[in-house]
Amino acid sequence: MTHAALMGEPTWRDVLENFLHSITTFLRLMARNWVGFIGFLVVIGFVLLALVGPYFVELDLKTNVSQIYQTPSWKHPLGTDHQGRDIWAQIVHGGKDILYVAFLAGLISTLIAVLFGSLSALVGGTVDSIIMTITDIVLTIPQFPLLAVLAGFVRLNSLTLLALLLAVLGWPTLLRAVRSQVLSLKERDYVEAAVALDMGLRHIIFSEILPNMMSYIIISFTLAMTGAIYAQVGLIFLGLVPMSGQNWAVMIQLAWVRGAIFFKDSLYYIMSPVLAIAFFQLGLVSMTRSLEEVFNPRLRAGV
Amino acid sequence: MLALTTSAPAIPVGVAPPRTSLWTRIIRNFWVRRTTKAIFTIFVVVSLTFFLVRLMPANPIEVYINSLIEQFGLPYDQARNQAAALFAIDLDAPLFLQYLSYIRSLLRGDLGTSLLSAGTPVSSIILRFLPWTIFSVGTGLLISFTLGIVLGMIMAYRRESVVDHVLSALASVLSSVPNYLIAMMLVVFLGVQWKWVDIAAMRGSMSPGMQPGFHLAFIKDVLYHASLPILTYVITTIGTWMLTMKSSTISTLGEDYVTVAKARGLPERRITTAYVGRNAALPLFTQLTIAIGFIVGGSLLIESIFVYQGIGLVLLRSITQRDYPVMQGVFLIITISVIVANLLADVLYSRLDPRIKLGKGE
Repeated sequence: MTHAALMGEPTWRDVLENFLHSITTFLRLMARNWVGFIGFLVVIGFVLLALVGPYFVELDLKTNVSQIYQTPSWKHPLGTDHQGRDIWAQIVHGGKDILYVAFLAGLISTLIAVLFGSLSALVGGTVDSIIMTITDIVLTIPQFPLLAVLAGFVRLNSLTLLALLLAVLGWPTLLRAVRSQVLSLKERDYVEAAVALDMGLRHIIFSEILPNMMSYIIISFTLAMTGAIYAQVGLIFLGLVPMSGQNWAVMIQLAWVRGAIFFKDSLYYIMSPVLAIAFFQLGLVSMTRSLEEVFNPRLRAGV
Repeated sequence: MLALTTSAPAIPVGVAPPRTSLWTRIIRNFWVRRTTKAIFTIFVVVSLTFFLVRLMPANPIEVYINSLIEQFGLPYDQARNQAAALFAIDLDAPLFLQYLSYIRSLLRGDLGTSLLSAGTPVSSIILRFLPWTIFSVGTGLLISFTLGIVLGMIMAYRRESVVDHVLSALASVLSSVPNYLIAMMLVVFLGVQWKWVDIAAMRGSMSPGMQPGFHLAFIKDVLYHASLPILTYVITTIGTWMLTMKSSTISTLGEDYVTVAKARGLPERRITTAYVGRNAALPLFTQLTIAIGFIVGGSLLIESIFVYQGIGLVLLRSITQRDYPVMQGVFLIITISVIVANLLADVLYSRLDPRIKLGKGE
């Protein structure tokens, strides 16, 4: 960055170098915690699988009676299901919906949490107590039954609608965390110095407080995603969301409803989507450990 | 003598009495505040469900009236009367009065009657199925909480040993995999692949024909049927308790009073239980409140996987069959149970840690 700044006009080569440099720094920091790094690789792997995979693996959903419940082979890496269809292809094509809903829901609930959590902490007084009362109420109502009941009223047949609903209920724990973080940051010397120097609320929020909360926000976002995946897959599994198309949760639901799970041969059919979701969740949670090191300046300097 | 009596009261009156009254006020304040909060939350949930049922575009009462007209060819008025009776709502009254009478009947414990099994009061359905969920969830939570505390302390005392690393890894895995996936794996491996248990026979909350009562056969049967749900609750919540207890124990071990206790030459066992364990377990109680809601909510999924006849299964069935009075009543009861459980957890916590009444209560 200093290099580009000294040269005046940054050329595209500088930009590229900069970019590569920050990528390698990021990876080096991520690799410090090997559990987190493995989690990071798993998450990247699943994202690539879900976004790029479908272009390479063809999905054939025609019933093939001669191929029912095949064990893994070169032709069928994960075997075949109760209709003789390739499971690997279904897994590759089944991640996109889950990831989309998780990402959108996680993003919106993190935004709500950061916005209202910092507002609550910075403004204080009545605003704070109103926000915290609402948060406590939403936090106490068991989320999953409420979602299930709402699914009984609203036909959740669009992924975006489902993500919005999950986001609307998913923010309370994050908001509390953000609020307490801002409350403690508010008391720090450098923030008080900025206040004393009258540097403006915008500067204080965006230059003093937010950068020091990045690790919190990113980790909150990751955890919000895991929460969204939990609720989303649960709702689809119970058949409360009329979801069509190829999707890990739909695979589990079909295997369950059709009783395929109770056949000994169906091991690969039921376990493939179950493990895909379990590993993705595990990856996300472990990744937060590395993210903490990358975004927490104090941890970065020390250890 | 006279001078003494006139000058003496000036000091105590000014200082001592307000202090005691302030004390009692703070203590009372904590209980009052905590209970008011619980009641207010229940009130919000009650209102929410009422307006959800009455004001949604395709609200269940309209849907039910239409289905009566379609199915049985009833005239509109008759269908409307029947719907009003079932939902225990006077549809002709203004919405606000409907709301008041709804709350009044709730206070009497009247939750309406089921649409599908006509004439069965929702409250009797709840009374029949709720105890099973409270039993299985409560037992599971109790076992995982106790085991988690013990294992977490072992991890903290044997820091960086093989035991610690293995248990830490296990706890992180268990706390991040969704509970219904663990339940499915139990069905797939224990029931189908290895055939260690008979999944079909374990369904329900007890075997058909079993007479309830305080005898060994019944207790064994109930435990047999609840064993897989309880196992799932234990497996999926223990990780969080272990990790929290570990970090909390480590920080407690560094406290001055522990060092002093060691210096005093107190027996190791007494330090571990009374000085370290008791204090280190405190943060777990704040997590308990979040855990209760999560587990009770998750019982919907766990009970449907094991076909355990609890309140979660009833809620699921009422949602898929559009049995709105049951759905509304069961949702209310589940939420109220969670709120009450939270209140109890908070009360327990404030008993264990008196500081809470002064600090957070204010």
